[in-house]
Amino acid sequence: MADEITLEVARYRPEVDSSPVMQSYQVPLREHWAVLDGLTYIKDQLDGTLSFRWSCRMGICGSCGMTVNGEPVLSCATFLTDYAPGPVRVEPLHNFPVIRDLVIDIEDFMAKLPTVKPWIVRDVQSPVEQGEYLQTPEELEEYQQYSMCINCMLCYSACPVYALEPEFIGPAAIALAQRYNLDSRDEGAAERLEVLSSPEGIWACTFVGECSAACPKGVDPAGAIQRYKLTAATQTVKNLLMPRSKR
Amino acid sequence: MTASTGRSYRRPIALFWWLSRRSYLLFVLRELSAVFVAWFVVYLLLLVNAIGDGAPSYARFVDWSGSSWVLVLNLIALAFVLLHVVTWFGLAPRAMVVRLRGHRIPPPQIVAAHYLAWLLLSAIVAWVVLR
Amino acid sequence: MNHRRSPEPLLWLLFSSGGMAAALMVPILLFLFGIAIPLDWFDPSYDHLSAVLHNWITRLILFGLSALALFHWAHRFRYTLYDGLQLKRYGTPIAALCYGGAVAGSVIAAALLLTI
Repeated sequence: MADEITLEVARYRPEVDSSPVMQSYQVPLREHWAVLDGLTYIKDQLDGTLSFRWSCRMGICGSCGMTVNGEPVLSCATFLTDYAPGPVRVEPLHNFPVIRDLVIDIEDFMAKLPTVKPWIVRDVQSPVEQGEYLQTPEELEEYQQYSMCINCMLCYSACPVYALEPEFIGPAAIALAQRYNLDSRDEGAAERLEVLSSPEGIWACTFVGECSAACPKGVDPAGAIQRYKLTAATQTVKNLLMPRSKR
Repeated sequence: MTASTGRSYRRPIALFWWLSRRSYLLFVLRELSAVFVAWFVVYLLLLVNAIGDGAPSYARFVDWSGSSWVLVLNLIALAFVLLHVVTWFGLAPRAMVVRLRGHRIPPPQIVAAHYLAWLLLSAIVAWVVLR
Repeated sequence: MNHRRSPEPLLWLLFSSGGMAAALMVPILLFLFGIAIPLDWFDPSYDHLSAVLHNWITRLILFGLSALALFHWAHRFRYTLYDGLQLKRYGTPIAALCYGGAVAGSVIAAALLLTI
């Protein structure tokens, strides 16, 4: 095995570049090095001007998402040896505006996320003295998969609908809405319906399925969206047949 | 957290963006299967019309359907319709959650049930047409 | 966000019912009438086919299949044009053409199946 590998890194310096340019760096190829370790090596040893986001280095903070050889991945969980002999092409996540080098603007997602109320909504909050809202393991299982989301936005990067229609609420936000809709303690499904069932919500999705393929935490946003389509469509038919029972 | 420090860069999207990835291409082919479903409806209505018009008209239809371009078109259509079947049944358990006596039916069983229904219906149709 | 009432849920229900109907019924019908019979692998008599077709259950099933399959096409094709060719700016004429086509095709199918 060669002891070095080439990283081709997208550089974008808004003060000098009009579009990203690729820059090559030689980094050590070590068995336990992730792409993120290679980038850290560049930053520390070769070129301190390279910008990228990272935090936990263990696949839970969701901040080091990048496009590696065309695939949206967490750079802390993608190992250099899997790409040997290289070169490895590292670009910022697609479908987001690039601020600098590998750093993207996440404002759009941050603005969309609260619109689906991803928290437990109760009609009446019971006082703390009454104790916890209890839940059985079966009820937990209903939504547990969706609660694994770490907001890394790889799903948005993989989604062609989001690329074409930036208004689309997108995979993670809808999956998180479903995470609370399916929670036995939650009573907010009706409030979420309006946003989720708008043209920018579930109906824009064409079930490409790439969001679920890209998810590093095994969440199935595509499945969540289709399930929710069935729920929303059934609700619409019910409202048409029995308009007065509408909340 | 905004890009207030300068211009941010937006990557342009190619017109035929779905050529860039195998999975996107497969997706577009899956969606195009609907065109062949529509062709099938046209073909079916032509057949119904021919049968309704009497034996000579039906014979003309069978002759026409045996011409090479119609045969090739129908073979391509069948391939696309089968792609539709495989993808539709494959994705079905992700869109629907079926419960039987409080237990969630595992996805492979839902897929199997779809194929079973498909085989059964196909057998019935073949029997009705050919008996 | 746009919260006005949209026909999307009903169109989606038609799309998915049509997708299911097409997946279950089209392969065998297309195989028999588009390939096997033209190639002379089978040769059902005209009288038999005519009798089957004149049964009202057959006509009802064929009408349901045709209408649903056309709405399935309309919905999928509309979104393929929107996303695949980036034509969303022509959304209204495309939707009119697709769903209008499905309605027209269903009317033709109904007329044909009622008058034979």
